[in-house]
Amino acid sequence: MSAPKIGSKAAPVRFDGVSKVFGKDVVAVDNIDLHVGAGKLVTLLGPSGCGKTTTLRMIAGLEMASSGRILIGDQDVTKLPATDRDVSMVFQSYALFPHMSVLENVMYGLTFSGFKKDEARARALHGLDLVGLKGFDARLPSELSGGQQQRVAVARALVLEPQVLLFDEPLSNLDAKLRRQVREDIRAIQQDLGLTVVYVTHDQEEALAVSDEIVVMRNASIAQIGTPRALYDEPADTFVADFIGEANLITCEITEINGDQATISIEGFTHTLPSRGLPIGPATLAVRPSRIVIANGPGIPARIAKATYVGVRMEYTLEGGFGQVFAVQDNVDEPLEVGSDIHMSFAAKGPVLLPE
Amino acid sequence: MRGSSQDSTSHPVLTFWVVAGWVGYCLLPWYGVEDGLWSFQWLFDGYPFDSDYAPALFLIMQGEKLWLAPLLIPLILPLLVLRKVKSDPLYARMLVLAGALGFGWLIIQGFSIGIRGFNYDWMKAVFGDLGDRQFGMGYGAMLVASAFLFLLTQGIAARGAVNGDVFVVSAIGGVITIVTAFVFFPIAKMLFAAFVTEDGSYSVGVFVSKFFDDRLWGLGCLSGGRCGAAWNSLFLAICVGFITTVLGLAFALAVTRSGFRYKKAMRALTVLPIITPPFVIGLALILLFGLSGTVTVFIADLFGVQPTRWLYGMPGVLIAQTLAFTPIAFLVLIGVVEGVSPSMEEASQTLRANRWQTFRTVSLPLMRPGLANAFLLGFIESMADFGNPLVLGGNFDVLSTEIFFAIVGAQYDQSRAAVLAMVLLFFTLSAFYAQRVWLGKKSYTTVSGKGDAGVHPLMPKGLSIPVLVIAIGWAFFTAVVYCMIIYGSVVELWGVNNSLTFKHYVTAFSVRFEEEGIRWTGAAWDSFWTTITIAAIAAPLTAAVGLVTAYLLTRQSFAGKNAFEFGTMLSFAIPGTVIGVSYILAFNVPPIEITGTGIILVVSFIFRNMPVGVRAGIASMSQLDKSLDESSLTLGANSWQTFRRVILPLLRPAILAALVYSFVRAMTAISAVIFLVSAEYDMATSYIIGRVENNDYGLAIAYSTTLIFVMLSVVGLLQFLVGRVQIGRRTQIGTGRST
Repeated sequence: MSAPKIGSKAAPVRFDGVSKVFGKDVVAVDNIDLHVGAGKLVTLLGPSGCGKTTTLRMIAGLEMASSGRILIGDQDVTKLPATDRDVSMVFQSYALFPHMSVLENVMYGLTFSGFKKDEARARALHGLDLVGLKGFDARLPSELSGGQQQRVAVARALVLEPQVLLFDEPLSNLDAKLRRQVREDIRAIQQDLGLTVVYVTHDQEEALAVSDEIVVMRNASIAQIGTPRALYDEPADTFVADFIGEANLITCEITEINGDQATISIEGFTHTLPSRGLPIGPATLAVRPSRIVIANGPGIPARIAKATYVGVRMEYTLEGGFGQVFAVQDNVDEPLEVGSDIHMSFAAKGPVLLPE
Repeated sequence: MRGSSQDSTSHPVLTFWVVAGWVGYCLLPWYGVEDGLWSFQWLFDGYPFDSDYAPALFLIMQGEKLWLAPLLIPLILPLLVLRKVKSDPLYARMLVLAGALGFGWLIIQGFSIGIRGFNYDWMKAVFGDLGDRQFGMGYGAMLVASAFLFLLTQGIAARGAVNGDVFVVSAIGGVITIVTAFVFFPIAKMLFAAFVTEDGSYSVGVFVSKFFDDRLWGLGCLSGGRCGAAWNSLFLAICVGFITTVLGLAFALAVTRSGFRYKKAMRALTVLPIITPPFVIGLALILLFGLSGTVTVFIADLFGVQPTRWLYGMPGVLIAQTLAFTPIAFLVLIGVVEGVSPSMEEASQTLRANRWQTFRTVSLPLMRPGLANAFLLGFIESMADFGNPLVLGGNFDVLSTEIFFAIVGAQYDQSRAAVLAMVLLFFTLSAFYAQRVWLGKKSYTTVSGKGDAGVHPLMPKGLSIPVLVIAIGWAFFTAVVYCMIIYGSVVELWGVNNSLTFKHYVTAFSVRFEEEGIRWTGAAWDSFWTTITIAAIAAPLTAAVGLVTAYLLTRQSFAGKNAFEFGTMLSFAIPGTVIGVSYILAFNVPPIEITGTGIILVVSFIFRNMPVGVRAGIASMSQLDKSLDESSLTLGANSWQTFRRVILPLLRPAILAALVYSFVRAMTAISAVIFLVSAEYDMATSYIIGRVENNDYGLAIAYSTTLIFVMLSVVGLLQFLVGRVQIGRRTQIGTGRST
């Protein structure tokens, strides 16, 4: 028998005004609209308790939406239980069945999908092959390492060729080194097979690394949706700017608008950058730590409050009339002394204006 | 493949129940068949036209029992939606309508029309005399009723309850229905019986006069006379609860916090109450302290005093119950004492408290809710105990035996039995309520799952010596009592002729090998095989009901779950005598007419022992991570497949335990059984009680010994099997010990 290929039936997911209320008044998800394109990897990112896992579980059918509509492909699945949805999920705890061998675990879903036993077996073996676990099929889950268990869980979900594949913080039980490798593997498989993947994490670096698109959530609703680059470079508000890439937020005054360029002033120091439609008046400037320039030339007067050597770079905390900012500098050979007075300015690209 | 069932118009489950409904209506005998359905005698006795055996359809075609005709409507209704998709609102509405109509009508007609026609006078007045009657429901009616019930649950599921999960909604519906029918309905019926006068009408006066009877609440014992049964029971139960708690704590401390070497042997004590029929301890005490008991005779010879009958009464019952229920308190308190986190005690020691101060200020207060729990358990067990007071009670009346004599003795006073049962039920339910509501939120001894790497400190010296003395002394006494049981079974006639003999075993269990095969000539075989059969039928049913209930309680959330849990655990607090009385009051008339059959015994065991199964199931199910179910669901299995292929295999040890315990408990039960046995279905325990009443102690003790060894081997087999069911190296799945 020729080895079966694992294909893709990737379908888009759409949320129309979906809310989820637990009990009487605990709103976990508040009226969100969301579109996940077919074949895309979309990450739900946010602090704990923001509703991202609830959103994921509503796609799976493990929670039912209190109101609104959920579509997978062009089918309305709002009221459909998990069993009847063409969705697979990889759990944070992997949830491998301890009483079944690795192969039986991977075959489990296939037997409910109408495959003959031989076919199911062949597909399961192929799936194990795909995640690099050839030859492990007869083992019990308890005889595998954490990373291997994780890959069995992925294989088990993959072989069903689901319309949507869900990951609930899949890397949180792995150590840092393995985390990078598994996340690259997941991304590679997703792109090879063209799967629609929805991925939940609270780790912004992980989200930036794997996603086609990131959905930042806050307090049960969506703060911003965009590509990793767009979120990083053009955060919509201070929450997103702070959550992704720890931006420094500095109060400033827009003094002049010239076309789409604005000139701002902080303690007499002026800087010109895109206005993003903001009017003259007070605003907030978001600057990434790496975009802060420490120089003796013109700039905002500040003092070094802390200096930390972390190997690849220097990390400084600067204090001044604007408050505290966090800056990193690549120059580790000539570190600045704590207490020395310097002038701070900004890189030409990078800082963005946000409404106050 | 997946995702297709949404639009499917084939509903295998629905089709099954629709067909079942029609089979029950058109093919199976509607009413109960005297010789039992499985004899198939009815097939040749005029079926399908003889009105005793006819299915409902043939009855109404012959113009009889026309009140069954309206059932055709709800039977036809679901046919109209068989081709509809599930999401069609008509589908859900039609099924709910059909199920509710059918089930409701079955109940209404069942209660309205009995063996004398209309059951209620106002119906006679409105509709005139019926001129017909009906008997108890048979398999046909039962199948139709189940069909309607599950049509209803499928309709409710299709409306979106519990995420539209047919299996879960049906399981909830099924459990509620059977618990209502076999726990709440008989209890309610019994409560009504308390108001019935001798000529059958209702009167509050009857209740008041029986309730304030001197035999119930009299306080004569304060002035040298006799006290009422209620006071006796209450006083006895408080004493037993207190003593068993103290002894249980002593055992628990000796086992967990002393250097005592034979801890394993002490733990073996916990298995005793499981395998001992409740009255056996009483018999052994008679052999020791009775009028011709070993100790009595010895002391009488030594001091030249006249032997007395001091044992018969409060002292004897108290000793017997303490012996019988101390292991239960021990079992509870081991968990409590071990559950106190060692790091708390270590923290206390690092804060400069010595061992005694640590014990007094940290360990003991943390155990307090557990101690209260053990006390209440002892209280409930003592209240409900029937065997020991029956054997040893003498003139000391307690509620459970009074109930028995009210209904079985010459008095035959149903309403008195009902009133006594209500008082007893009030006491046990209060204790049960206190245990759940008051203690439920106060347990300090939860195992967090975080590794708690400490060891429990040893007891302080001043405490450990008295504790060990008490524990070892009582363990020795228990051992002596059990030895007496074995010894007593091989003595010719206790106290009169002490020569050794196997006569009693021969009388009970002789067999003869003849050409046609083995002939069971012993006197005990009949009741022995009946007991084994009934227990073997009841055990899997008990385990099934218990585990499904546990699954619903731990894994599903639905409206009214708390009430559901309370209701299912309630039967634990209902004393067996109360169950017995309520069953004979409720089930000797239609619509459910099963007194005198084996079915009523099976049913009573299922609902008496269900809490054991539920607890075992909950204990092990809460150790299975919920993501296992969820991943199975997202992989396309439905909740029934998940239950069968993921949960059940992982619960194998718990299932085994539930099976064995319900089997063993069914074999040792006496209190409910004694009301429900019949000449045809006599059980071992009631047979033994019968022997005791005829002063045939030898046979009774020989039979009891045999039962103990049979059950010991069953429990041993369980331990062996559970030890072999091991799943995976790193998984932690409880052995499902029912504690």
